[in-house]
Amino acid sequence: MSISPPSDKVWWKEPIEKTELIWISIVFVWGVFMTFMMPYWHVVGDQNLPNETYRVTPEQFMAKAQGMVDQFTVGEHGPQKTPIVHPPAGSDVYLVARLWSWWPVLELEKGQSYRVHLSSLDWQHGFSLQPANINIQVVPDYEYVVNLTPDESGEYSLICNEYCGIGHHLMIGKLLVVE
Amino acid sequence: MSPHDVPPENEEIPFMQRLLDNPFILLFLGVASPAVLYLIWGIMEIVSIPLGK
Amino acid sequence: MNTNFRVCPETGFHVHKPAELLMKANAVAAVVFLLVGGTFGLLVGLTRWPAVHLLPADQFYLVLTAHGLNVLIFWIIFFEIALLYFCSAVLLKCRLATPKLGWVAFALMLIGALLNNYIVMQGNSSVMMTSYTPMGADPLFYLSLILFAVGALIGTFIFFGTLAIAKAENTYEGSVPLVTFGATVAAIIAVFTIVSGAIILIPTFLWSVGLVAHIDPLMYRMIWWAFGHSSQQINVSAHISIWYFIAAVVFGAKPLSEKVSRTAFLMYILFLQLASVHHLLVDPGLSSNYKMFNTSYAMYLAVMASMVHGLTVPGAIEAAQRARGFNKGLFEWLTKAPWGNPVFSGMFISLVGFGFLGGITGVVMGVEQINILIHNTVYVPGHFHATVVIGTTLAFMALTYWLVPVLFRRDLVMKGLAKWQPYIFGLGMTGVSLFLMGAGTLGVPRRHWDIGFAGTGMTHDFPAAAYTMMALNGMSVVLAVVGGAAFCIIIVASLLFGRKLGEEKSSPALAAEMVTDDEYKTLHASGGITVPGTLCLTFIFFASFAAYYFINWKYLSQTWGIS
Repeated sequence: MSISPPSDKVWWKEPIEKTELIWISIVFVWGVFMTFMMPYWHVVGDQNLPNETYRVTPEQFMAKAQGMVDQFTVGEHGPQKTPIVHPPAGSDVYLVARLWSWWPVLELEKGQSYRVHLSSLDWQHGFSLQPANINIQVVPDYEYVVNLTPDESGEYSLICNEYCGIGHHLMIGKLLVVE
Repeated sequence: MSPHDVPPENEEIPFMQRLLDNPFILLFLGVASPAVLYLIWGIMEIVSIPLGK
Repeated sequence: MNTNFRVCPETGFHVHKPAELLMKANAVAAVVFLLVGGTFGLLVGLTRWPAVHLLPADQFYLVLTAHGLNVLIFWIIFFEIALLYFCSAVLLKCRLATPKLGWVAFALMLIGALLNNYIVMQGNSSVMMTSYTPMGADPLFYLSLILFAVGALIGTFIFFGTLAIAKAENTYEGSVPLVTFGATVAAIIAVFTIVSGAIILIPTFLWSVGLVAHIDPLMYRMIWWAFGHSSQQINVSAHISIWYFIAAVVFGAKPLSEKVSRTAFLMYILFLQLASVHHLLVDPGLSSNYKMFNTSYAMYLAVMASMVHGLTVPGAIEAAQRARGFNKGLFEWLTKAPWGNPVFSGMFISLVGFGFLGGITGVVMGVEQINILIHNTVYVPGHFHATVVIGTTLAFMALTYWLVPVLFRRDLVMKGLAKWQPYIFGLGMTGVSLFLMGAGTLGVPRRHWDIGFAGTGMTHDFPAAAYTMMALNGMSVVLAVVGGAAFCIIIVASLLFGRKLGEEKSSPALAAEMVTDDEYKTLHASGGITVPGTLCLTFIFFASFAAYYFINWKYLSQTWGIS
């Protein structure tokens, strides 16, 4: 009985119910299978977050982003006149998260890969690309380099899904994918 | 005295049962396992992140 | 017998009076914080219901912070301390170690919880339960949590002390009862949880008063989650112990096998806490090896343990019911169960909800890659309202219906309402869980005041279905709050006005006659599968699990390339 000591003093040697043995075997094999799926997807799958990360100060990161913006700006977007940047395919692109905006607006080409560098200048933020629904944590002092390959053209929204204070729900940006 | 003379109620308690009956060893295991696999491993990963180029 | 004990006329338990007082105090405090936290939850739900949008942004974030702390920390841990005292002192017929220190622990927890609510209400600590640095709260915010945690740690060590006394004074023979063993697992996880909390919150407190220059935000996340997630693993161990407990007192059931159930608990001790990494799967700087190993709880051994409990708890009930003659077909044992007894119905809804809604989604979203689709969306609160509300809270509620007549010797009032309460609350929370997960799948962010982005000059048009689901979530919140309020009212009214039971026995009996070995023998005579109904249910569970797992891999494969 569960609320009193086991009646058998040496309960370790009691036989196990057949039902339990069947179930334990199934769930053990299932666990092994699920364990295998993650490394397997690293080999064959197209959606795996990388390990590439650097320590960075907000000033260093902003300088790199500014360099990219100065070189590749092609227009302006929205009420804040956020620069639209069209970097070369395959290049390093920088996305700045700060209270409470994403900067700049990136314009990427469909089917091309970009080394997207993510960092925050202040608090933690959440990169949430909609409607593709890709969600990545953005942490200040760290620069995360993620290769992204857009698969469809259109206007995407970047919303913040890590609570970052009273203006959290105002933090929205855009990412454009062109043919 | 041969082992056959031991009455059944004094039967040797198996190792696993003795382990499960000892809350303090379990406490040690329950703190050590995640401390090593999650905390210490995690700290080592974070401190070894290289400086930005 | 020592005069400090009383013998419960109904259950035969020997209750150490100083322990009983402490249990009462902790349990009452728990219910009060549930009431407070639940009220905040209603405000959160009504604000995220797009057509209602009740509170302004600053109050919404304040209330959300308070909701998380009151229900996830204060309600749960006060109740768990009461549970630890019960599982040690009462189940082992032992005196509680150092009751005076128990009052110190209680006082620290109470001061911490009250101070925390006070400081959050001031409005300058709306940092959410997670309080990620470098966003800072008032220093008293961290201090209040530290006080609460120190109190809880003292309570946990009183539990270990009581185990040692019971052993030394031979108050029981052989091994501790399975329920006490489960409580030990909860206490072990609590020690790791609270120590991790201290490691990160003490420096953060010092940072908030200017004594420490910098808290590394990534280090904060990693260590904080050893506290934040493991605290929910205390709950899992605690509510599974309660499932076993209720199976015993309602049905007189004994576990199918002590060895299997205890080994499953051992897997919790070793691996359950590794799941803290579920929150870091899309973080920079941590390698895939670290993420994959920890998120799989070392090859899903702790998941296996949960699935084993998912079989052995209903299996124990089925075996007991069949031994008593409810043998027709696959499910007579279940259909003839006391569905009108909230102790049982609460426990069974907790079991099904925790497994099907909480368990499956937790494992699937804890796959390293699939987490990309759901990190920080409202899918996450959808998941944990299934685990910690349907699973833990409902199990605690079910046990409370049992504890009121035992500890306070008062009859429950409003029994008709109590009969319905678990269903109302369970249905409401199932809605909350499903609709939040649905909206999360469509990308709706968690902890977000306005998914319409009014006033930004930019917008993102979430699909209409997302708005519908957030509205349905709001309605479900209202239903759940009705159920939660019913619980609080029934319990408080029973404590104040419930008929005093004295030596009288309540109905249904608080402790069912134990199924005897002879009765079990008839069950084993055939030699085949003893619990076919439960096995059938577990197969349905497994099929749902596998289907949902593969569907999510499919979703993942359809998004952008990420490498």
